[in-house]
Amino acid sequence: MRGDPLLAARGLATWYELRRWGFLHQGWVRAVDGVSFQLAEGEAVAVVGESGCGKSTLAKTLLGLVRPLRGEVWFEGRRLGGADDWRWYRRRVGYVQQDPYGALPPFMSVRRILEEPLVVNGVSSPSKRRARVVEALEAVQLVPPEEFLPRFPHMLSGGQQQRLVVARATLLGPRLLVADEPVSMLDASVRAEVLQLLRSLQQSHRLSVVYITHDLSTVRHFCERVLVMYAGKLVEQAQVTDLLREPKHPYTQALLAAIPDPDPENARRLRPVPPGEPPSLVRPPEGCRFHPRCPAAIPGVCDRREPPDFEVGAGHVAACWLYEGARTVTAAPAVEGGGSP
Amino acid sequence: MRGTLRELVRYPSALAGLAILAFLVGISVYALVAIPYPEAVRLWSGGEAAWPRNPRNARPEWLNWLWGGRLPRTLVVHSPRVPARERDLGSGVREVQFDLPFEYRYRRFPTEVAVFVYADYQEQAPQLELSWRTPTGSELRLADLTPRRQDIYRLSADAELRRNLGGAPEQMLFSTADRPGEAVPGRYTLTVRAFLFEPGSSVRAELVVYGEVYGLAGTDHLRRDLLLPLLWGTPIALAFGLLAAVGSSLSTLLIAAVGAWYGGWVDGLIQRITEVNLILPGLPILIMIGTLYSRSLWVILGAVILLGIFGGGIKTYRALFLQVKEAPYVEAARAYGVGNLRMVAVYLVPRAIPVLLPQFVTLIPGFVFLEATLALLGLGDPVLPTWGKVIEDAYRAGALYVGYTYWVLEPAFMLMLSGLAFTLLGFALDRVFNPRLREL
Ligand SMILES: Nc1ncnc2c1ncn2[C@@H]1O[C@H](COP(=O)(O)OP(=O)(O)OP(=O)(O)O)[C@@H](O)[C@H]1O
Ligand code: SF4
Ligand SMILES: [Mg+2]
Repeated sequence: MRGDPLLAARGLATWYELRRWGFLHQGWVRAVDGVSFQLAEGEAVAVVGESGCGKSTLAKTLLGLVRPLRGEVWFEGRRLGGADDWRWYRRRVGYVQQDPYGALPPFMSVRRILEEPLVVNGVSSPSKRRARVVEALEAVQLVPPEEFLPRFPHMLSGGQQQRLVVARATLLGPRLLVADEPVSMLDASVRAEVLQLLRSLQQSHRLSVVYITHDLSTVRHFCERVLVMYAGKLVEQAQVTDLLREPKHPYTQALLAAIPDPDPENARRLRPVPPGEPPSLVRPPEGCRFHPRCPAAIPGVCDRREPPDFEVGAGHVAACWLYEGARTVTAAPAVEGGGSP
Repeated sequence: MRGTLRELVRYPSALAGLAILAFLVGISVYALVAIPYPEAVRLWSGGEAAWPRNPRNARPEWLNWLWGGRLPRTLVVHSPRVPARERDLGSGVREVQFDLPFEYRYRRFPTEVAVFVYADYQEQAPQLELSWRTPTGSELRLADLTPRRQDIYRLSADAELRRNLGGAPEQMLFSTADRPGEAVPGRYTLTVRAFLFEPGSSVRAELVVYGEVYGLAGTDHLRRDLLLPLLWGTPIALAFGLLAAVGSSLSTLLIAAVGAWYGGWVDGLIQRITEVNLILPGLPILIMIGTLYSRSLWVILGAVILLGIFGGGIKTYRALFLQVKEAPYVEAARAYGVGNLRMVAVYLVPRAIPVLLPQFVTLIPGFVFLEATLALLGLGDPVLPTWGKVIEDAYRAGALYVGYTYWVLEPAFMLMLSGLAFTLLGFALDRVFNPRLREL
């Protein structure tokens, strides 16, 4: 981590209420349940985890689109509490969604789409707006801008749509970009190009990025750090290289399968689906949420008490009882079914 | 938008609708320009006085094509500029005489005969003697009168003349005893002999022989040219239909969007009001407003819009907006700071336009017909010349029973035409905007 944190999440818990017939309380979906992490200025962090583990909910919570039940979001040392804070924050954060077509209002031209954030954030001079819009289009290589300005979203290819979304997200000069699976719905052929664009924008503007993905192979190019999420909780946080080399948490280890690959960059890949069923978020397992699936589960411990975060290395944290006490800084356990107490 | 238009003109029904609409708009523009509003109101609500030279209940002139030219047209004969004879009778009395000759070419009788007199005098009115000469040469004393400065002497309404002639003057004066049922064509002359008692005074006269046809549209029971309400009814009907449809559907849309966006008690309240409004009977309420408060078209328009705001459309739009509300672009907009009002107006409402527009266009005729319905119920605007008013007048006069079909058919045709235009257009728009319908 470099410098003071730009963004800090402290004990975030976002639960969705489940209701029957619109009013009878049925329970809570604990989509995000006690998440804390920090993000330094200019740092890109990836959030990985299987489908439905709460990644998008975490992104929306960080953006203030859903209100957490508990916990706080801090930005540039300011706690985001009242409406004023959020308004201040919105200009400093950009949001890139998964489905580029859905993220663009179909009835607005490219020009309107890009002008909207400027209008609502008080850029009232049309000429200034136009200049900013053209600049933004050029920055995402939608050139020549005049050709794109009058088009509607359906007249753009998927890659162009997503670049437009990126242009919109970076238009107000944000410090932070939250990208929720920005390339998962794109053709493989344009993924690299959009990721490249995000990367270069991140570097040229010293943007911090929260990059949510399924695909660990892209993480390596893009991020310094990885947060592994499981059933609403962060189970492991580490530098990319550390995580790929030495995954500590049994879930991460299950996620990473050793796949022989001529390209050493791809030595480890994210398995699409780790074995076993994802747990219910309405009634999550007691103790460690991974214990029903965990090959290394410690009976009597893992199914009773929730593991706290253990510092397992420099900037490497894992929430697993395997690393309790003395074992905190031990060497990497074997890839599958590592050390038992 | 341009694309929409281009696609629209591929449908023949849309083209037909647009053509009719263009025609109606043309008529409206013409009416507004050619007959300014105050003039239209004066002509329409002035009644008979505004159209003294028009025949009553005359058919449109073009019907003569079907009738082989047998329906008489109205003839107006002016007195000559210089009297045929002027004689000084001494002591300031002058005798003036002039003829008003005309050629009558029909076998059918005129409907009325009247003499318009314009007398110019200070105190003592001139005295007039009117006499009549038929083509056969027989001469007849009609009446003696002492006219006011502007006077109309209606031969047909002169009871004494009727008694003397032994029948309706407009028939007896044009026929001979041997063929009583038929007018004799030929040259008739009305002779006016006037005695003037003041030095500067003068007299002019105008003979009007009322026919059975008039103008493009005919006239009603008050001699009013029906072209006026047919022309002027167009912009009124279009404006009423358009404003009512715009007013009610836009506000419905907005309220539905507000309900869907805010949810909670706001949504609940809107839903309840809508349900209550849906069971309120619209027409009786309008009738009550018309009877108890005001029959002004614009008051009724306001009431129609108010009743329409919480219409059934709210439920449809709400369902649509609940979906749109979950769209990623709405979420994105919130992320860049769009507030509630802007969200509803700029992000939600436009999304419903494709659904709204065809529906909106097909709504218009309903409102146009509503205006006619209200007029038929006696709740039409008291001063405006509308199609509905014409139908009401015709209905009250029993037009269909006495054979004045044109009186009912003309406004009905205009109503149908406007209904057709919007319906055709609406169907085509529906296909363009909601392509799924094409497969159905
Ligand atoms: N509005 C909602 N109401 C109730 N439950 C919700 C809502 N949104 C998400 N959930 C539930 O919360 C859990 C987390 O959802 P989320 O979208 O955050 O997962 P995710 O990690 O982004 O999944 P994916 O990788 O498939 O996008 C899921 O079980 C989902 O069913
Ligand atoms: S805490 Fe126990 S169950 Fe959970 S991951 Fe670690 S070993 Fe497995
Ligand atoms: Mg997601």
